[in-house]
Amino acid sequence: MKPNRLTLRSLLLPVLLSLVFSNVQAQTAEEKGLAIAKERKARDRGWGDTQADMSMILRTAHGQETERKMRVKSLEVMEDGDKGLTIFDQPRDVKGTAFLNFSHPLEPDDQWMYLPALKRVKRIASRNKSGPFMGSEFAFEDMSSFEVEKYRYRYLRDETLDGQTMFVVEHVPVDKYSGYSKMVAWVDQAHYRPFKIEYYDRKGDLLKVLTMYDYRQYLDKYWRPQRAEMYNEQTGKSTEMITHNMTFRTGLSDSDFDKNSLKRAR
Amino acid sequence: MKYYVLGLGLLASQAGATMEVTGSAGLEQRYFLQDALYDGQERGQLSMFVAPELYTEFNEGYDSLLFKGYARIDQRDSERSHVDIRELLWLHVGDDWELRTGISKVFWGQTESLHLVDVINQTDAVEAVDLEDKLGQPMVNLSLIRDWGTTSFFVLPYFRERTFAGMDGRLRPALTVDTDNPLYESSDEEKHVDWAVRWQHTLGDWDVGLSYFDGTAREPELVLQDNDGQPVLRPYYGQMQQTGLDVLAVMGSWLLKFEGIHRNTRDGDYMAAVGGFEYTQVGVFDSVYDLGFLMEYQYDERDELAPVPSQNDLMVGTRIAFNDIDGTTVLIGYVQDLDHSDSYTGFVEASSRISDNVKWRLDAWLFSGDTATDPLYGIRRDDFVQLSLEYFF
Repeated sequence: MKPNRLTLRSLLLPVLLSLVFSNVQAQTAEEKGLAIAKERKARDRGWGDTQADMSMILRTAHGQETERKMRVKSLEVMEDGDKGLTIFDQPRDVKGTAFLNFSHPLEPDDQWMYLPALKRVKRIASRNKSGPFMGSEFAFEDMSSFEVEKYRYRYLRDETLDGQTMFVVEHVPVDKYSGYSKMVAWVDQAHYRPFKIEYYDRKGDLLKVLTMYDYRQYLDKYWRPQRAEMYNEQTGKSTEMITHNMTFRTGLSDSDFDKNSLKRAR
Repeated sequence: MKYYVLGLGLLASQAGATMEVTGSAGLEQRYFLQDALYDGQERGQLSMFVAPELYTEFNEGYDSLLFKGYARIDQRDSERSHVDIRELLWLHVGDDWELRTGISKVFWGQTESLHLVDVINQTDAVEAVDLEDKLGQPMVNLSLIRDWGTTSFFVLPYFRERTFAGMDGRLRPALTVDTDNPLYESSDEEKHVDWAVRWQHTLGDWDVGLSYFDGTAREPELVLQDNDGQPVLRPYYGQMQQTGLDVLAVMGSWLLKFEGIHRNTRDGDYMAAVGGFEYTQVGVFDSVYDLGFLMEYQYDERDELAPVPSQNDLMVGTRIAFNDIDGTTVLIGYVQDLDHSDSYTGFVEASSRISDNVKWRLDAWLFSGDTATDPLYGIRRDDFVQLSLEYFF
């Protein structure tokens, strides 16, 4: 019987392979890029909410550095972009300042800033998404949640980065007010996690490179980098974002992400 | 004040919670650019302030206690040297409601050049010319948070009088404001119980607020009276009913802002409004700077009789955010009276960090008003530059 089975398999295998191969051939680079983005989003569905203590280390080209401390609360929103609340602890003069963001896939995000000294909630014109976040190399739009609809995609190639096989995919922002003409992301084929993203400015020149380190898995499913560094290729400045501790499904709800919650954020 | 703080500490220790001590302290030097109008006024004015803050929470964060004190010592002006409890507040947070009991501060409104709708707290006018510093207001405030907006109810059992610069201070009217002898319309005087309600909601790109206030007006009329042969100005606090509307709309890079009030007083009723826009351009000239342009028009139906400079005025301004590590920002503004070309105000506010704990601030103001009835007339020679250092702990 054995030889027969082998024969069967050896007959079928090339057929199957050719099927798979032709399928890949039929898929355009755009379709494959979109499929990768969808899979990346799908694998990260259902995380619920998170809370984390974060540090941002801002470095100048001359090696001076300063630390920002903040707490970040996030809420997954199905059928729309996620909600985020960031409360600043350091530097001390902005302690208690809180930033509320409702991301949307296609519409501009809704954003508010709470200024504790004045007890005032100020709306932010969110079209200005390309502006720097707290003097860092991260722009406001880099802090927004990843939504499939935000970009047009093109699969470029497979590449090995740090020993892992990656998809290299080009993202072109749909929003014409984005600060970027395109982004190129390296996404690992095993878990669809971004490891490196190149940001190109509106003139098409390389502006920034984001590198993610120390991915950790939560709830046996969701991967989060413990460290991410944004390096500005044009100025030599960089910002390192460090996650000190992160907890999932802490019971946050919509009411923790409204303007009232901003005012009592501490 | 000591007992309040002690009480707060006791409560916190009973709850087994930790107390967070923060705050700031600062040193300010003012330099007036012209010789004084009135005798006894100097050109230099040094001042110090401290604002400690104690905070603790218990009951898994559903309850919290906050104390924020404030004290200023002024080299010249004994009226400017003062102590205040900015906040002494117990906050309880329910599922869809919040209850604030104690002394607190509330801000209402959207515009930048004038705050018409904002009437809960009294202005601590000796602090800064922009009138944005407020005295602590005793209150019970219940907020109901619903899908259709947040409705807040306020009961305000005690009235705080406005502060005014004394005879040795600058930025004052020609005559003494006799803050020791205020006049009230209500026979309950400062114990008149005021109440207010506010609804606010976000509808997509629109933030809308509607408010109603019934009680003692926060801004006094200054009544000329004879005090043993000396003319003085006595503050008169009337009763008022004010309906307010504030709206903000996001239109791309534009923020449109509006505030309007209808106020009913003993002397009749009137309307006032302020509205305009803020347009922000990020990354100007290939830099990381944000450049904002502001324009607001101020209107008061009382026209020439209005005791405020904002009866028919235009504010133009620019806000520059350097987006640097030090958080440097500059705001330059100019307010022109459209009826009287000689009446205008100009200002520059700049600030930046020196370290994680220390910030410098530069404020410069200039005032012009050649007509004796202009509220700016009394301070027309009080143009000044102020440099402050603030330490945060």
